[in-house]
Amino acid sequence: MPGPLILTSVGIGLGGFTILRDVTVSVGTGEVIGVVGGNGSGKTTLIRMMATLLSPRSGDGSVLGARMGTSEVYPVRRRIGLISHIPAVIPELTLADHLQHVVRLSGLDTGRIPAALRAVGLDGAADRKGAESSFGMLRRTEVARLLIAEPEILLLDEAFSGLDSEAVSLIDVVIERTLARDGAVVIVSHDRSQMRFTRRVFAIEGGTLRAEP
Amino acid sequence: MSFWDQAIEVARVDFRIERRQADVIRVVVPFALMALLVFPLAMGLDLAGLRRIGPAVFWALGVLFGMQVALRESAEEASSRRDLYALAGLDPAARFTGRAISGSVLTIGFFAALLAGMVVVYNPELPAGWLPSTAAAAGLVAIGLTELGTLAGEVTIGLRNRTTLASLIVAPLAVPLVIGGSQTLDSLVRDESILPWVLLLLATDLALAVTGVGLARPLEEASR
Repeated sequence: MPGPLILTSVGIGLGGFTILRDVTVSVGTGEVIGVVGGNGSGKTTLIRMMATLLSPRSGDGSVLGARMGTSEVYPVRRRIGLISHIPAVIPELTLADHLQHVVRLSGLDTGRIPAALRAVGLDGAADRKGAESSFGMLRRTEVARLLIAEPEILLLDEAFSGLDSEAVSLIDVVIERTLARDGAVVIVSHDRSQMRFTRRVFAIEGGTLRAEP
Repeated sequence: MSFWDQAIEVARVDFRIERRQADVIRVVVPFALMALLVFPLAMGLDLAGLRRIGPAVFWALGVLFGMQVALRESAEEASSRRDLYALAGLDPAARFTGRAISGSVLTIGFFAALLAGMVVVYNPELPAGWLPSTAAAAGLVAIGLTELGTLAGEVTIGLRNRTTLASLIVAPLAVPLVIGGSQTLDSLVRDESILPWVLLLLATDLALAVTGVGLARPLEEASR
């Protein structure tokens, strides 16, 4: 059975630049892989492509059975969870309103929001606007969203950076729950110490992905 | 969640953000009302001249500042928010529709304030039945202008000087709306039917709605 995330000789570019080329990797069910690389190496571009937010310029890829770069990806997007290095929380809304908005758009049960906020320790700060919240609080809000969304593919782009140990353990919970559902996880970071869940680690070097021994 | 549920959810959150940010009430409306006063200051005590130009000033300022409602700062989306929406499964066409609904309501409110200001400051000679006809025309112009502004905002997303570029796109394309809106009142003055102008506005609104919905997905994908 094919894995939920497969890339075969994929090339990715932005504007007139080729960022990555000949990327071949697959992530199986219940598997965590890690990708390390320096600043500007193309880690974020790679994870955005895995999230179907960018289309490959060459090669083939599929996510949850949907062929990348085609309209097949639209219906599977809501089964993908992404934590990007910039928290995706609407700054003008309160944390509770933001969650309410995104959970409604996703067609999920808004009744789960209070429990998710409690689980990430934000029940006392739910009425705080995103613009007035700390980085850690925004991250916890994203974790609360993922606890509700229960994605089948979890993509973490520098998700642990700048967090205290309690917040890091909350993301660990999301990873464990994704794996328990036979999901797949990709952790991308410049910091190798964040690769603790991974069975396989790849490094981005010279514009391509190489498996580390 | 259905298309319309998503569109209404986007509009609901737009209203909530506008209630908190008040971009339209704090920025667009005061500046437009100030602009209404420029002509009387420039023309001095030529009251007859002011009465004649009042409706024209209303439509000119309505289009210029109406664009700013559609392109208001709080309607801009960071790329992280667009990614969030994509992964939440939000249909870009529903997002366009929601944006058009919220922007139209805000623009209609703005037009109402501007029309009241114009009547007070210019005291124009208005024919019988002008209010419902002008309200209907202004409503249709507001919808078209918002659709155009939302579309231009999507085309210029992520670009520097986005507001300026989007305004340059909107201004020439808004000509049918300006003609339809202004000619509605003129037709009433000449005791002619306003139907052709209302149909022009309806056709323009419909064409923009079809274009906006049809281009929403490709524009969103191209913006990344």
